[in-house]
Amino acid sequence: MRTDEFIRALAADGARPVVPIERWLTGALLSGIALSTMLFLAALHTRQDIMQAVYAPAFCFKLIVTISLAATAAFLLSDAARPMPRIRWQRALLLAPALLAAGVIFELVTVPAHSWPARLMGHNAAHCLSLIPLLAIAPAACLLAALRRGAPAHPALAGAIAGLVSSAVGATLYALTCPDDSALFVATWYSIAIIAVTAASAYLGSRILRW
Amino acid sequence: MERSLQGEPRAYEQLLVLLTVALRAVVNSRARAAGLDAEDVVQEVLLALHLKRGTWKTGTPVAPWVAAIARNKIVDALRRRGQRTEVSIESVVETLCNETADDGRSAQDVEHMLERLNDRQRQVVRAVSIEGYSAQEAAQRLQMSEVAVRVTLHRSLKTLAAIFRTVPSED
Repeated sequence: MRTDEFIRALAADGARPVVPIERWLTGALLSGIALSTMLFLAALHTRQDIMQAVYAPAFCFKLIVTISLAATAAFLLSDAARPMPRIRWQRALLLAPALLAAGVIFELVTVPAHSWPARLMGHNAAHCLSLIPLLAIAPAACLLAALRRGAPAHPALAGAIAGLVSSAVGATLYALTCPDDSALFVATWYSIAIIAVTAASAYLGSRILRW
Repeated sequence: MERSLQGEPRAYEQLLVLLTVALRAVVNSRARAAGLDAEDVVQEVLLALHLKRGTWKTGTPVAPWVAAIARNKIVDALRRRGQRTEVSIESVVETLCNETADDGRSAQDVEHMLERLNDRQRQVVRAVSIEGYSAQEAAQRLQMSEVAVRVTLHRSLKTLAAIFRTVPSED
């Protein structure tokens, strides 16, 4: 087929205005959050003492860490969906780990050493490890679907960022039901769950985000 | 570019023609040495630019974006031929910005690939490309609704892109 004829076919298909990739990503993120919130409301419940907890610094700190992770990772999504290899604001990702590290140090200083193991193990680490990935599924599915409309320079990296956003959303929701507020607990179990989701999503990205 | 993406077919077609000229220069210098039909690669890049035009950020320079997509597709095409190659993005931008010259060259692979679409898809693609009908005219001729023509055309292009991705180009 001649190239000028081929171009005519492309131009005919280009008659509709195109939807920019960032709009797909925003839509995907919002629907993913909505779906996971519905799952949370249907299957789980906020912890019994939620009304008192919102005044507890440790509980609020936990939410600040997970929300800042979700927000900073979400900022990287639109760059990750483009064919140019450069991703701006990558350093912003350090914010949540830095906050958490500060929280851990504060706890180690202020809490006697003999209670560290109990705080680290918490009440139900298995819940944490299963519910965060479960609550991350919907946002990850929506974001990966939106990224397929993009042209990511690095498919695995784009998948990883989607996984990071999704698991941070999952962690934020899970934090509302999780009875453990210790920074030691969060730094251990939340991190394992988030890293696992991110790795799985990176693998998926490397498989399905090629274009 | 901006007007093209608002869905102005004339502006868009002109843009694609201009880009083709620049792309040929880039592709010629790289693909031909590897024994590839350059025009096939040009059409593959054009298809990717078209399907991924939503990833261009309004208001930013077009050349780096085109270069990034072209580079990805050239590397793909060369890799399918079992060649490892380094194509630097700078060299693509440079050649993109430098070249002029034109004529209606044709590609073999896309022709073969059309055979793999279903009948309806092939009819629609031929009607709007080789025969040069508008979507509206093609709809009348094929006794389809205009919407169906547009949907079929879009699906066909996505299918072509998928075939490009999976099948090693034929000799």
